Amino acid sequence: MNQKIYLAFIDNHFPPFWRNLPRDLNRCFPSTFQAIELSINLKLFYSVERNQYHSTLILAQVLKQLPRDGDKIIGVTNVDIYIPILTFLFGEAQLGGKGALVSTYRLNNRFYGLPSDEDLLYQRVLKEILHELGHTLGLIHCQDFECVMNSSTYVENIDLKHARFCTHCEMALEIGQA
Amino acid sequence: MKNNKILIVDDELSVRNSLSEWFLEDGFKVETAESGEVALQKMHGGPYDLILLDIKMPGMDGITLQKRIKEIDTEVVIIIMTAYASVETAVEALKLGAFDYVAKPFDPDDLSRLVRNALKQKDLADENVQLKEKISELSGMDDIIGSSDGMKRVFEMVDTVAETDSTVLIRGESGTGKELVARAIHSHSKRRYFPIVAVNCGAIPETLLESELFGHEKGAFTGAQYRRKGKIELANGGTLFLDEIGDISFKMQVDLLRVLENKRFNRIGGAEEVQVDFRLICATNKNLEKLVEEEKFREDLYYRINVFTIFIPPLRERRSDIHDLAEYFIQKYARSMSKPIKKISTAARELLLSYNWPGNVRELENAIERAMVVGKKPEIIVEDLPLHLNGKVRSSDNLIKLDDLEKNHIEKILEKAGGNITRAASLLGIDRVTLYNKIKKYGLKR
Repeated sequence: MNQKIYLAFIDNHFPPFWRNLPRDLNRCFPSTFQAIELSINLKLFYSVERNQYHSTLILAQVLKQLPRDGDKIIGVTNVDIYIPILTFLFGEAQLGGKGALVSTYRLNNRFYGLPSDEDLLYQRVLKEILHELGHTLGLIHCQDFECVMNSSTYVENIDLKHARFCTHCEMALEIGQA
Repeated sequence: MKNNKILIVDDELSVRNSLSEWFLEDGFKVETAESGEVALQKMHGGPYDLILLDIKMPGMDGITLQKRIKEIDTEVVIIIMTAYASVETAVEALKLGAFDYVAKPFDPDDLSRLVRNALKQKDLADENVQLKEKISELSGMDDIIGSSDGMKRVFEMVDTVAETDSTVLIRGESGTGKELVARAIHSHSKRRYFPIVAVNCGAIPETLLESELFGHEKGAFTGAQYRRKGKIELANGGTLFLDEIGDISFKMQVDLLRVLENKRFNRIGGAEEVQVDFRLICATNKNLEKLVEEEKFREDLYYRINVFTIFIPPLRERRSDIHDLAEYFIQKYARSMSKPIKKISTAARELLLSYNWPGNVRELENAIERAMVVGKKPEIIVEDLPLHLNGKVRSSDNLIKLDDLEKNHIEKILEKAGGNITRAASLLGIDRVTLYNKIKKYGLKR
């Protein structure tokens, strides 16, 4: 079933070289992807103690702004996000829900003291959006290390996997969509 | 790892929710509890594979809860979480059996690895229990068949000696099942979860036996391209079964004695001393006492191995077991050959009962196997049995010859007297010269 999925770039975080994201995501998962800009006062979710932003609270704000014609919304931010129990997150999603949030903060090579690599960053963003989208579609982590649903706890994990669902996950998605 | 059930116990809602989400995305079944009391209630709906437990909670604290949980389920893996890590509480939690102790917030990679390792360890522990149960199931004395008085005595002796760590000497004619008895002793001993390593000393040339028993280092001799562990080293923790011990050379007896005394040895060509811990079971069909007398077997080694002796009677002295043994082998080969033969005709059974079985149980098994190959359903008949059985019975007209009877009796008494002619003659009530003549006539070994 074709779904309408909004990609919400928070506070104008949308570099020009990302313009093909909706098209490339559509190739990985046949749905309509539409990029929108979202304005959220992130300072409200900032933790001085951790110097990070509370992911779950930002996601709640993102969800509030899901357009009426949309099935799902995925927020994309460049701030460092956390949940209380974990030191950081690449993204957070509602399992089988309508929304997800992806942070590009730790996807960027510059965070690790390396020279910026726009192509690599683009691939990581694409994979992370697809990964969190998979969770909103009800998929759990996959054991196939090349599948986009493989769990990534450090950035090199993301580089190992491909921007696609494995056959097993594809089958699960078809069942989910039926 | 999928479908493992996790319980998260933390008074903070945000912690419960975020951990739940994390584990749900990993495919776990997750439940949460906001206090120790709720967690204990949930335990009755368990079992859980893993419990993540906050150490500081209002009401029942994490350490107390951990104790209570372990009273309900000793197997569950517990990981203690805390925002205020202190060495004292960590040590206490670990002493009480927690798998690990982690400070909040966790690095996602650490959490992932911690949970994976904890569950892997639990799976291994579960598998270990299952395998031990399986070994216990498989290691009965089911393969040793017999309800005769002679075999009952054997079973009693196996039971008596198994739990001790004593060296056992199993004696009996060839084919009586000495190795089966050795395996039964091992499988009833506390060493049963370690290997029993069997070496047939009589079947290996002396030059190879040394390397077989002690192993060798690379380059120890021509052709020793790699370091190889010997059977003694492989038996570490378990049992070493030396069959046909009466056949080993004098030099090997010296080497073996040294290992038995020190439980240390050197691989051939090796400088490093290897420490081993094994139980020794030996078997022989030889008259060791006579070999000692003839100085072919070291007396000190004889006393070292002759601590507890089990004598397995030959089949001809426990004819009442022949029927059960035959039935057992019929079932065994019917299964392995997928043949619908389930029984043996009365005439064939009588034939088996009347035969002398010089090859003992092994010969009986071979006879039944042969009969199962050539036989047709529904039962084994006389013609299916090997020809020598038929021939023997026909020639003796189903009766044992007086000569055979005398020969067997003298053989038995000689065995009992340890090969001592004077003593054997006295037991038989004849003089030594007569006994010598009869030994010569029947071609008996002294």
